[in-house]
Amino acid sequence: MASQVKRAEIIFAPYSEYPYKILGEALKKSPDEIIEALIQSGLRGRGGAGFPTGLKWKFAKEAQGDEKYVVCNADEGEPGTFKDRDILVKVPRKMLSGMGICAHVIGAKKGFIYLRAEYDYLKEALQKEIDFFHQHCEKYGLDFHVEIKSGAGAYVVGEETALLNSAEGKRGEPRNKPPFPVTEGYLNKPTVVNNVETFVNAMMVCRIGAEEFAKYGMRGQKGSKLFSIAGDTTKPGVYELELGLTVEELVNEFGDGNTKAVQVGGVSGFCVPRAKFKDKTIGFPGKDDVNYIPTGGSIMLFNHTRSMYHVLENYLEFFEEESCGQCTPCRVGTQQLLKGIKAIKKGEKDPEYLDTLYKLAETMKVTSKCGLGQSVANSFCSIVDEFKEEIIY
Amino acid sequence: MITLKINNTQVEVPEGTTILEAAKKIGVEIPTLCHHEDLCVAGNCRVCVVEIKGRPRLEASCATPAENGMEVFTHSAKVRNARNVITQLLLSEHAEECTLCYKNGNCELQNLAEEYYHDDEMFIDLAHEREHRIDKSTALRYDPSKCIRCQRCVRTCAEIQGVNALSAAFKGKDMMITTFMEKTFGEVVCTNCGQCVVHCPTGALTERTYYDEIWEAIEDPDKHVVVNTAPSVRVALGEPFGLEPGTIVTGQMAAALRRLGFDSVLDTDFAADLTIIEEGNEFIQRLKKKFVDGEEVALPMITSCSPGWVKFIEHMYPDLLDHLSTCKSPQQMFGALAKTYYAEKKGIDPAKIVSVSIMPCTAKKFEANRPEMKSSGYQDIDAGLTTRELAKMIKQAGIDLTKLPEEDFDSIMGESSGAGVIFGATGGVMEAALRTVYEIITGREVPFRHLDIQPVRGLDGVKEATIKFENCKSEYSFLEGAEVKVAVAHGLRNARKIMDQIKEGKSPYLFVEIMACPGGCIGGGGQPIPTNDEIRMKRIEAIYREDAGKPIRKSHENPEIKQVYEEFLKKPLGEKSHKLLHTHYTKRNRY
Repeated sequence: MASQVKRAEIIFAPYSEYPYKILGEALKKSPDEIIEALIQSGLRGRGGAGFPTGLKWKFAKEAQGDEKYVVCNADEGEPGTFKDRDILVKVPRKMLSGMGICAHVIGAKKGFIYLRAEYDYLKEALQKEIDFFHQHCEKYGLDFHVEIKSGAGAYVVGEETALLNSAEGKRGEPRNKPPFPVTEGYLNKPTVVNNVETFVNAMMVCRIGAEEFAKYGMRGQKGSKLFSIAGDTTKPGVYELELGLTVEELVNEFGDGNTKAVQVGGVSGFCVPRAKFKDKTIGFPGKDDVNYIPTGGSIMLFNHTRSMYHVLENYLEFFEEESCGQCTPCRVGTQQLLKGIKAIKKGEKDPEYLDTLYKLAETMKVTSKCGLGQSVANSFCSIVDEFKEEIIY
Repeated sequence: MITLKINNTQVEVPEGTTILEAAKKIGVEIPTLCHHEDLCVAGNCRVCVVEIKGRPRLEASCATPAENGMEVFTHSAKVRNARNVITQLLLSEHAEECTLCYKNGNCELQNLAEEYYHDDEMFIDLAHEREHRIDKSTALRYDPSKCIRCQRCVRTCAEIQGVNALSAAFKGKDMMITTFMEKTFGEVVCTNCGQCVVHCPTGALTERTYYDEIWEAIEDPDKHVVVNTAPSVRVALGEPFGLEPGTIVTGQMAAALRRLGFDSVLDTDFAADLTIIEEGNEFIQRLKKKFVDGEEVALPMITSCSPGWVKFIEHMYPDLLDHLSTCKSPQQMFGALAKTYYAEKKGIDPAKIVSVSIMPCTAKKFEANRPEMKSSGYQDIDAGLTTRELAKMIKQAGIDLTKLPEEDFDSIMGESSGAGVIFGATGGVMEAALRTVYEIITGREVPFRHLDIQPVRGLDGVKEATIKFENCKSEYSFLEGAEVKVAVAHGLRNARKIMDQIKEGKSPYLFVEIMACPGGCIGGGGQPIPTNDEIRMKRIEAIYREDAGKPIRKSHENPEIKQVYEEFLKKPLGEKSHKLLHTHYTKRNRY
C-alpha cells in the first residue's frame, strides 16, 4: 500500500547557508513584521498546548518590563517523546536562531535553555554551539546571552510556570495563572517560553516565509510536526510529517498490522481505539472540536497483545509519582484513580466504583491547578470509555 | 472599578480584587482552606473553585482576579459537585480521628466536611496506610497524618517569620510538609513561635499540651500550685467562649482559675513590671557605660521577653547576642520568685510548689524547659500552658467563663500597673520602659498625653520613636539633650530588618523591642484560633483600654514591686536580681 503520510522537510531541511545567516537577515526586519509573519503562518506551539506563537510573542513584546527573557523549554519529559533531543543534537543552530529572533522581537537581553536533567550529556556540545551563537549575536549587534539551566528531573517542570520556578531555584511547582509568563514570567519579568521545536519553526517561518510554511499541513493544520513513534511499531523513531494526518494514516504507515489502540500525546494525551482511527485527526483543535487531538509529538502504538488495564495502571503510577503534590485534585486524585482501578480489578470494589472514578477524573480536569492534573482525565476517560471490560475484568 | 455579576447579583470592586473578596462583599461565603488573610495566595487546595461563564474549567476564586463583565457562580451544581469531590479527597488523605483530635470543634476541614456531608466514604482511605511519625518537641506537636498540605504553615514560616523551618518536600503521593532533612522540630532552626499552629486549618500542627500534668498537680494535696497569667490572655480568653475578640475577661479569668483549683492565682503582669525595673536600669547602665565610662557596650539594647525571638537571634545572629538584655522574660522572673520570695513569704517548701503560667505563646513551653532556668534551685516554671489549653481546662471543669463574677488576683505577686498590661501588645514593652526610664532620668513623667506613647503602638511592622531627655537629674546629666531613638518590630521577618542594620553597624537606635509574633503577644502562637489583623487590632485596643483603666500606670509605682525590692531583692541589678532575674544565652547554629 502506498504511504498515506506526507513527509515534510522543514525542521531537518538541509541547512545550506552559512551559519546564522537567517538570524542575521531576520534581525533586519522589524519586530512587528516578524510577528505578523508568525501569525500569518498559523504556527502554534509545538509543546502540545498549541498556543499561537505569533500572539505569544506579541503579548511579550507589548508587556511592560525593564528586562525580558526568552526561555527554551527543552525539558522533554512526556513519556514517549524524544523528538526535541533530535533537534538539540542535529539542528541546535536553528533553535538558537529562533531564540535570537524572539529576543529581537520582544526586546530580551537574556535567555536560557531549560535542559531536561537526563539530557545532561548533551550539555557540552550544546554549550559549544551557544558560544558560537554568541559570536554571531555580537557580529549582528544583538545584545542577547543564552545559558543552560537544569533542574532535578521532575516531569511537572515541563509545565512552563513550574519550569520558571525551578529555573529561579524554587520548588518546581506550577504557579497560578493569570498572570501568564508573557507578563510575569522568569523573575516576574515578561517571558516567552517556547518548546524547542517551536523556536525552530519560528526560524523557518523567517527563512521560507509564512506563505510557504502554511502550504505544509492537511485538514486546516499548518506546518509540519515531529513525531516520536514508539510502541508496537515496525519502525520506531523520529519522523517529520505534515500536521493534520488521521490516526488511520499514521497506523497504516507505522503499525505492525495488529494495532488495537494509539496513545496520541503521551500519558497526558488521548487513547484512540481502532474503531476511531478514521475519525481522529492529529492536530490542534478549534473550539470544542473533539475530533482533533493535539500532541507534543508522542505517538505510542499498542497491538492486541497489550492489556489496556496495564497501560492505564502504568500511566496512573506515573502520574501519582509525578504530580507536584501541591493541589488536592491532582495529588489525591491520581492516587485514588490508581488505587481505585486496582481495587476494582481485585474485586474489592464493585464495577460501579468505576463511575465514581470517572466522575473524579472529570473533576480533576476542571479543578486542577495546572495542565498535569487537568490532563489525567484525557487518558483515563478515553481508555475507560473504550476498554471498560479490560479495566474491570 | 470593575463590575461583575456573582450569582446574578451585580457587584462593583476595585481592579485587582479577587473573586473571593468580591463575593465576600455581597455576603457570599466561598469556603476556603489554603487561603489566609495573613498570607500570600496559594490556590492549591482548590476548595474555593467557582464557575465562570464561558470558561470550561472552574477557577480558584482566591487566585483569580475579578474582570469586567464576568459572570460568576459560586455554588452552582457543577461547583458543588466539584467541591464535594475535593472535600472527599482531602478527607481520604486526612486521618479522620476527630474525636481524638485536639482541634475537634475548631477545625476548618471539619467545617467543610459538615457543609459537604457525604453519607458514605466516597474514596479509599489513604491516611492510615502510611507510616506517620508524630513529632512532639517541647512546644509543638506535628502529626503529618492530619496534614492536608495547604502549605499555610510553610508560608507563615517564610513570609511572616522569615525562618523557613517548614517546607514542602518530595512530590506526588509522597509530597509532605516537613523540616530540613525531616529532622524533629527540636533539631532545626524552629523558634517554637507557634505561628504555624495558629495558621494550621486542621489538627496537624498544635502545641504540645501539658494540662493533664497540671490537673494531676492540682489534685495532689501535697502540691501548692501557683498560676500566673500573661497580659494578653485576658483579652483573648473570651473568644473560645463565644465572646467578641477584644472582650476583657480579667476578673472572670481569675475566678475561673480559682475554681479550677489553683492554690494561688497570680499575675505575670507583676513580673512584667519587675522586668521594666530591671531592664530600664540595665538600659541606663549601658548608656552610662558607653557615654561616661567609655566602655565597649552593645547598643542598641534589645528586649528579651519573647522566647521565640530569643531562639531566633540565637540561631540567626549568634554574634549579636550581647545586644539582648540579660533580663529574663516576665514568665521566668515570676518562676524564679515563686520558688524563693513567694515561698519564703508564705512559708511553703519550694519543693512542693508547682508554678504554672498561662501564656499566649508556645515558645514559653520551650523557655520554661531551658536548662539554665533553674535559678531558684528548682525548675522555675514547671509548665507553660497556652490560652487555648486554659480554655480547654475551663471547659473540662464545666465552667462557663461568661457567667463568672469578676474576682481579683491573689497577693503577693498579683498586683500590676498598666505598664505591665501593655506588654501584651507590640510596642508595649518599649512604652512601659520609657514611662519608667524617662522618669528615673528626669524626675518627670514621659511627655506624652495620658502617658500614651502613640508612635510605638499599632500594627506597622517596624515602628520608630525619638525621646529627648531635657532637664535631667544631676546624676544623669550625661544624657542632657540626648535624643534617644528607639524602634519596635514584631514578626521575625521584621526583626531581620533591624538586625541586619545592626550587623552592618548602621543601626540608629539605642533601644529596640522585638516580639516574635505579629501584633505582639496578643497575636501569639498560643492564642485562640482564628487570628487575623482585625482580631489582633481588637485585642490590642482591649489591652490599651485595660491600661487606661488602671489606677497605676507605671511599673515603678506598683506597690508590690516596691515591696519586693525592700524585702527581698534590695536594689535593681543587685546581687539577688543578678542571680534570679537575669540570664545568659546560647549560640546556636543554623543547621
